[in-house]
Amino acid sequence: MYPAPFNYHRAHTVKQAIELLLQVGDGARVLAGGQSLLPMLKLRFDEPTDLVDVGRIPGLDGIETGASGVRIGALATHRKIGASALAQAIPIIADCANGIADNQVRSRGTIGGSVASGDPSCDWPVLLHTLDTQIHCQGSDGERTLDINGFVEDLYQTVLQPGELVTSVSFAMPAQGSGGAYCAFKRCAPAFPSVSAGVQLRLGGGEVQSIRIALGSSGRTPIRAHEAEAELNGGAITPERLGRAAEAAVAAASPFDDQRGSAAYKRQLIATLVPRAVAIAVRRANGETVKNSHEYY
Amino acid sequence: MSGKIGITVTVNGKTYEREVEPRLLLVQLIREELNLTGTHIGCDTSYCGACTILMNGEPVKSCTVLAVQADGCELRTVEGLEQNGVLHPLQLAFSEHHGLQCGFCTPGMLMSAVHLLETNPQPSQLEIRKGIQGNLCRCTGYKNIIDAISAAAQKPQAGG
Repeated sequence: MYPAPFNYHRAHTVKQAIELLLQVGDGARVLAGGQSLLPMLKLRFDEPTDLVDVGRIPGLDGIETGASGVRIGALATHRKIGASALAQAIPIIADCANGIADNQVRSRGTIGGSVASGDPSCDWPVLLHTLDTQIHCQGSDGERTLDINGFVEDLYQTVLQPGELVTSVSFAMPAQGSGGAYCAFKRCAPAFPSVSAGVQLRLGGGEVQSIRIALGSSGRTPIRAHEAEAELNGGAITPERLGRAAEAAVAAASPFDDQRGSAAYKRQLIATLVPRAVAIAVRRANGETVKNSHEYY
Repeated sequence: MSGKIGITVTVNGKTYEREVEPRLLLVQLIREELNLTGTHIGCDTSYCGACTILMNGEPVKSCTVLAVQADGCELRTVEGLEQNGVLHPLQLAFSEHHGLQCGFCTPGMLMSAVHLLETNPQPSQLEIRKGIQGNLCRCTGYKNIIDAISAAAQKPQAGG
């Protein structure tokens, strides 16, 4: 299957990419790894007039850890992130990076593409909600930093302005006593998750000091389950509280029927995956090494 | 910037220069412009992995990469596995262990296996399963493929 014809431009700098995007206007799309965009173009779900290839812009794929926190360049591939020291240090990153789609997609797909596509099934935005991530963007008016909360406005729609690019994401290094887990359930390796749940929490004296819970493939945007967090915040985690948190997470979601499952099935998955992710996060917060990644059957 | 674009790719050690339409997929460049038809098009929707090749040493689905994105890259396809009439240890192992029936998925399966053994020469059974997670086979049920990769891993030159 061929995509519809388009013009191709290879940008060598972020500035040049922004200029090209603004010059072309509505018909332009950004091409990075192409793992979301190219299947869409081949199925003719989208017929852009021009592609601006940002995939070779130097300096945009770094993974830096410093006193101010962690910064991941937009062009860092899933494979690169999964193999990094960062993934060793923050287990939820490894859960996500090493389980996205399959080996081939992880060679090409980028974290920036996953964030900028606005697809509620993409893995990274869900996980990044649990780390209170900042999205760094560059456009014709210069740089700006946006909160991951509200970055995706609707299905495939972000707050990015025309000509604006995601250049990196950043977040604070989780404090001592933190643990997290990203649990995604999918039909087969290359498929998007039917549902995913990310949990990042911090324990102190056996009590939950802070917690973030986010859901993917559970509505038109990634969803932060605030009510579920409130059920678990403060005090020790009991089976009863975990049950109420799972119910609250289901209530926060608005999944729809699609080829990955019915809405009812997805609600059951949410009710299963949230407690599962909390349990792994708690074990990790307590210093245990737990292997976890996407599950498929 | 419209019209055809000049690209250079190295495939199995040989350099090719072509003028291509921007929408030309890498798999179509390989099959139709370079006449290397060992790489197969299966699902064409980025699911099955039949079109898997190595691009700068990493496995990619060549149906989900534009030819222009491969400009300047080093590519390896199934045709590059045999050297001077001698089959690659993985090819021999697939033959010995009946790791194929119809053979359609085999070129992609082999390239994923090559990448696996080059990055992890002694994989566990689980690591082999994960290594071919992006390749579908509709004939064998995977058992013989896993056996073949496992057997090839026992041979010292398999990762080379």
